[in-house]
Amino acid sequence: MENHFEMGLDALRQKILLMASRAETAVNQSVQALVQRDFNLAVKVREADNVIDQFEIEIDEMAIVLLTKAPLASNLRLITVAMKVSQNLERIGDEATKIAKRARDLAQEPPVKINLDVYRMACMSLAMVKDALDSFVHRDSVAARAIIPRDKEVDALNKEMHHTLAQHMMANPDTIARCLHWIVAAKSLERIADHAKNIAEEVVFLCEAQDIRHTAGKNAGSPAA
Amino acid sequence: MPKLNVPEAKINSPGSAALIHIESLSLYYGASKALKNISLTLGEKVVTAFIGPSGCGKSTLLRCLNRMNDLIDNVRIEGSCKIGGHDIYSSDVDVIELRKRVGMVFQKSNPFPKSIYENVAYGLRLHGANNKAELDGVVEQSLRSAALWDEVKDRLHSSALGLSGGQQQRLCIARAIAIKPEIILMDEPASALDPLATARIEELILELKKDFTIVIVTHNMQQAARISDQTAFFYIGELIEFDSTAKIFTNPAKKQTEDYVTGRFG
Amino acid sequence: MNARKHFRAEKFDFASFFFTGLTGLATLLILGILATILINIIANGVRGFSWHFVSTIPKKDFFDVNTTGVLPMIVGTTICVFVMTIFVLPVGVITAIYLTEYAANNSLVTKFIRAAVNNLAGVPSIVFGLFGLGFFINFIGKNIDAVLHNPSAVWGQPALIWASLTLAIMTMPVVIVATEESLKAIPPGLREASLALGATKLETILRVVLPQALPGIMTGGILAVSRAAGEVAPILFTGVAYYMASLPHHVTDQFMDLGYHVFVLSTQSPNIEQTRPILYATVLVLLLLTFALNLVAIVIRARVRKKLRALG
Repeated sequence: MENHFEMGLDALRQKILLMASRAETAVNQSVQALVQRDFNLAVKVREADNVIDQFEIEIDEMAIVLLTKAPLASNLRLITVAMKVSQNLERIGDEATKIAKRARDLAQEPPVKINLDVYRMACMSLAMVKDALDSFVHRDSVAARAIIPRDKEVDALNKEMHHTLAQHMMANPDTIARCLHWIVAAKSLERIADHAKNIAEEVVFLCEAQDIRHTAGKNAGSPAA
Repeated sequence: MPKLNVPEAKINSPGSAALIHIESLSLYYGASKALKNISLTLGEKVVTAFIGPSGCGKSTLLRCLNRMNDLIDNVRIEGSCKIGGHDIYSSDVDVIELRKRVGMVFQKSNPFPKSIYENVAYGLRLHGANNKAELDGVVEQSLRSAALWDEVKDRLHSSALGLSGGQQQRLCIARAIAIKPEIILMDEPASALDPLATARIEELILELKKDFTIVIVTHNMQQAARISDQTAFFYIGELIEFDSTAKIFTNPAKKQTEDYVTGRFG
Repeated sequence: MNARKHFRAEKFDFASFFFTGLTGLATLLILGILATILINIIANGVRGFSWHFVSTIPKKDFFDVNTTGVLPMIVGTTICVFVMTIFVLPVGVITAIYLTEYAANNSLVTKFIRAAVNNLAGVPSIVFGLFGLGFFINFIGKNIDAVLHNPSAVWGQPALIWASLTLAIMTMPVVIVATEESLKAIPPGLREASLALGATKLETILRVVLPQALPGIMTGGILAVSRAAGEVAPILFTGVAYYMASLPHHVTDQFMDLGYHVFVLSTQSPNIEQTRPILYATVLVLLLLTFALNLVAIVIRARVRKKLRALG
């Protein structure tokens, strides 16, 4: 006899995965639109964000109904973590929308002649999102902990890009408006990595029942002794 | 893409036809009014939970549905209670037939001091079944449906009183479903059981929902939330609120309901 | 260890010592009386007790130690009690079922019946004997004879059946009360379960209630048998004979009874000293018979209980 409550949890988990795949696609497509100057794709990403928002609402509803059934211990953590993961995914979707908005504006203007490794940064952020979700699915706290320090690399990359763009703006004042778009887009990618890190921290809480948020790397990288 | 299997999506499923129609039903014990003008429609193959503080009339209403209240002196009933369109309180209703269609499981497990087999076969024998092969088949099927078969198949002819509390209660469920009722009434079926046995009964109820319409009285809010599709909240003989279980437990319309489900009174 | 000292009773508890002693003494007193009676009977009874004694139908002069016997009395008492059981159990059980299962609990009729049953239990046994004479023999028996046009009294005279019926009426309250108690002890949940499965009230009583109550009903039967086996007064005018040359072979025959025989031996003997061994032996036989009858019933009850518990 299958357990009906477990079935409900499974449904919740699956819904989050669906939402995650939507969010990943949104980030992917927005970066693609940005790099390839694809106006239509950028518009599409913005429209698709409604679907992600809707997912967040549905996941919250499911989670609340599951909570009325008085889950305890790891089940209780799973549901609350699921709510937070869905919230972070929704934010990731929002960031994708922001990138898409900049991509849309940039596509309508001549390209800036500057060598920016946006693609690498996007790959790093996306990989973090993907790994964070994998760790959630597999309840793998070791993998989740491994994700957390990677946020620093993305931050560094963002800083570097910020620096490059600032210099470019000083040299070419006519490109300031377009470079600002790039700065915002890069900032969004950095935020996406932050959300991935948040998800990873929630996964650690889910697996170990230990809250490692805001501990500034004291024990974030390894399981508590 | 995997197909989503969301049990909650079935809540308040409008697809299920109404089976039980209670209309302005009042019940008196002598001069005191125990149920006040209750109107309620319960769908087929859904689990409905009756909740409310002790003495609110939920068990009394449950016992109206198979006329167990007939056994008590000085009970008077007004209004109507229809099952499948027939008023079960009209004079042409055969109470025996009614109780065959509306089974009941009680708070305290009450297996007969007979063998496990004879407990399940009791109702069948009452209603004339005597063919051994047929009895064997129904006994096995009922015990399987009650998720008890694997535990008792090797001792069908030993006393039912040797079973644990949870097993006894599942035996009572098997006994009730052996005569193939449409509706099963459950009066706090898990209140005397430990959490594990309770969980098994709850899982069983969710399984039985596929074939039976279930009405359950419970004092355990989480139990109602876990197993029922609809919940009716009663207070001093009145139906205060009746809605989908998700609604009752997350956003009840009445303050009294909210206070009760959150444990502020009752 | 020091801490524990604090919890030790400081003073000797005289009250509880006194009452423990008192209750113990009362129990010892009862045991002592019982032991005295039994030892006295057994010690004196064994001398006159022999196979010849229990298997012989005596001559008219049964005061002779060498030729006397008690076979007709054993047979008479056994049959009388057996016939009584056949009457008292069904009637008593059905009455008890009516009172607990059917009668409205607080109705006037029920209260009246209960009061009647309780009063019946308090009536002196000689009154039952007179009632049996007046009702069974003079009223029912004579009328049967009249209807059957018997030339001489067949039913309208003291007979085994009238003695048994009189005993049945006397022991009725015991059976009713015992049955009622055992019916009340059956959890109401069992009745509800049966009714909820679509059983009628009668089916519920026959299939669930009575099998459960059987050991209790049999306890009532055992008590009735114990009481009836030793009673003399109720059968005095209704069936017992001073002497019968043969064993009874019809319910209209009179019969000899062990209890009555003890009475006869102790009051009618021409030579008390010579009769004493017979008297003791007869009392011993009466005791043994009562024990035996009880034992049979107890064994049957134990079997029923075992079957109820184990269920083959």
